[in-house]
Amino acid sequence: MRPFAYARADDVDTAIATVLARPDGEFLAGGTTEIDLVRQDVLRPGLLVDINDLPLDRVDDLPDGGVRIGGLARMSDVAEAPGVAERFPVISEALLQGASPQLRTMASMAGNLCQRVRCGYFRDAVSPCNKRDPGSGCAAITGFHRGHAVLGTSDKCIATHPSDAAVALVALDAVVRTRGPHGERAVPIDEFFLLPGDTPEREHPLEHGELITAIDVPGAATARRSSYLKVRDRASYEFALVSVAAAMDVRYRTVADIRLALGGVATKPWRARTAERSLLGGPATREAFAEAARRELAPATPLPQNEFKVELAQRAIVRALTALADGDEEGGTR
Amino acid sequence: MAIHVGSPPLEGTSKARTVALTVNGEGVELRIEPRVSLLDALREHLGLTGTKKGCDQGTCGACTVWSDGRRVLSCLTLAVAGEGHEITTVEGLQDGGELHPMQAAFIAHDAFQCGYCTPGQLMSAVALLEEGRAADDEIAEWMSGNICRCAAYPNIRDAIREVRDAAGGE
Ligand SMILES: Cc1cc2nc3c(=O)[nH]c(=O)nc-3n(C[C@H](O)[C@H](O)[C@H](O)COP(=O)(O)OP(=O)(O)OC[C@H]3O[C@@H](n4cnc5c(N)ncnc54)[C@H](O)[C@@H]3O)c2cc1C
Ligand code: SF4
Ligand code: FES
Ligand code: FES
Repeated sequence: MRPFAYARADDVDTAIATVLARPDGEFLAGGTTEIDLVRQDVLRPGLLVDINDLPLDRVDDLPDGGVRIGGLARMSDVAEAPGVAERFPVISEALLQGASPQLRTMASMAGNLCQRVRCGYFRDAVSPCNKRDPGSGCAAITGFHRGHAVLGTSDKCIATHPSDAAVALVALDAVVRTRGPHGERAVPIDEFFLLPGDTPEREHPLEHGELITAIDVPGAATARRSSYLKVRDRASYEFALVSVAAAMDVRYRTVADIRLALGGVATKPWRARTAERSLLGGPATREAFAEAARRELAPATPLPQNEFKVELAQRAIVRALTALADGDEEGGTR
Repeated sequence: MAIHVGSPPLEGTSKARTVALTVNGEGVELRIEPRVSLLDALREHLGLTGTKKGCDQGTCGACTVWSDGRRVLSCLTLAVAGEGHEITTVEGLQDGGELHPMQAAFIAHDAFQCGYCTPGQLMSAVALLEEGRAADDEIAEWMSGNICRCAAYPNIRDAIREVRDAAGGE
C-alpha cells in the first residue's frame, strides 16, 4: 500500500480546510470504500482526513414529517432509527440488504452515496478504464459485463451504481446537504448522481473539499407503505443484479401516489419516472404494472451478457408493486 | 469565488508516529505509519495473531474485531484511526483462562474444520447475541458477513443457538 498522510479533524471547517490545503487530500469516513481502493492502488490520495469525530452522526426528525440523516450516521444505526424504520421502511430495508453487519457498522451514509463502482476492470488498477484513467477505454464493453448497466450507459462507461440506500433515497426525493469552500448548498439527490456521458470519472457534483453534512428525506405519507426488493446471485451479502425501491398509495384500486426507483440496472440510482407517469391515476393492476415496467425498460441498451436484466427488472417491478398493492387490499382501510 | 473556510488546516504526515491503542482492555503503544491497517497492527506489531487475514478487501470477515463493542473489519480500519476506541480481539473473549461460552459451544458442535475463519465467526457470533439478532430465522443473515470456506455453517448456527438458549432468550 502506498504511503499517505493522515490527519484527524474534530470540527467541520478544519476538516474542509485540511482537505483543501492539498490537491490530493480526501475525506476518510468508514473507509470501507476508501481503504479498500487505496490498497488496490485504484485511489492514490496523498492525505486522508479522518472525519469520524465530526458531530454529524445524528438522525433527527424534520418538521414536515421527514428525517435529516447526518452524513456520518452509520448504515446500521440509520436502518434501526425509529423515524426511518417506521416512516421510511424502504430506506431501512435497502440498508439492511446491503453489505454485511460489520460493514454496516463502519460505513457512513455520505460514504455510501460516494462509494465507487464494483466493475472488476475499475478495481484491477491495470485494465483500460475511462473512470479510473480517463481516455484509456472501457474494458467492460468488450469484456465481462454481466453485472453492468442497461440504462443510462454511454460508449465511455457502463458500470452500475452499486448503492442500495441511494436507490431508496432517489425514490423519496432526498436532498444532499453540503458544506464546502464556497459555503453551503442543497442538491436534489437525482442531480447528485451524474450519468457517465463523456466524463465517467465525474460521478457527482462535489467540489474538492466539499463535505456532505446531511441527507434530508422530505416527509411523504406514501413512504409508510414502501419496500425494497433486491434480486442478487446469492441470498445475502451481494450487490444487486436488479433492485426496486417502491412506495405506493392505492385508493379505490387506483394508484393515487407512486415513487419508483431501480438499482443494479443503471449507471446511477434510477428514478423510474416513465413508469410512474404511466401508473399515476390509473388502475393498480398487474397488467398496468407490467405495462409501466415495459415502458421504463424500453430505452434499455443491453449487451450480450446483461440482456437478462431487461426482463428481470420488469418482473421485479411487477413483483414489488403487486406486493404493495396486495398489502393495501389486505389492510382493508381504503 | 472566495473561500469561506476560515479554519487553519491540520498538518498531516505519512511518517511513522506513536499510536496509543486499547486492545483487550490494555493500553499499548506502537510506532507505525498511518497506512498500517488495524489488522496488521494486531498481527504483525502486537503479536495478536488470533485475528486472521482472509481477503484484505472487506469481503470475508476473517478479520472481524470489535471497536467499542461493535463488530468491524480490521482490514479496512486504519490502526491510527483506532485511537480513542476500545478494541477487542478473539484473544479478549476468554475470561481468566476460561473459554467464552461461544468458544466452548463451537468446540462442542464441531463448528469448524480448518479453523481459519473461526476467530471472525466467534467475534460475530457473540456480537449477534448482543445485537438481538439471534432468532432462528435471523442467524444466517446476520452471520453472512463471515464466509467459511469449509462450509461449517450448520454447526456454527447450532453453536449460536445453544449459547442463545443457555442465556435464556433469542
Ligand atoms: C464487500 C463489500 C460489500 C458491499 N456491499 C454493498 C451492498 O450490498 N450495498 C451497498 O449499498 N453498499 C455495499 N458496499 C459498499 C459500502 O456500503 C460502502 O463502501 C460504504 O457505504 C462507504 O461508506 P464509508 O463511510 O466507509 O466511506 P469511505 O470509504 O470512508 O469513503 C468513500 C468515499 O466517500 C468520500 N466521503 C466519505 N464521507 C464523505 C462526506 N461526508 N462528504 C464528502 N465525501 C465523503 C470519501 O472521500 C471517499 O471518496 C459494500 C462494500 C464492501 C467492501
Ligand atoms: S464500465 Fe466504467 S468502470 Fe468499468 S471498465 Fe468501463 S469505464 Fe471503467
Ligand atoms: S480480511 Fe478483512 S474481511 Fe477479509
Ligand atoms: S473452518 Fe475452514 S474456513 Fe471456516
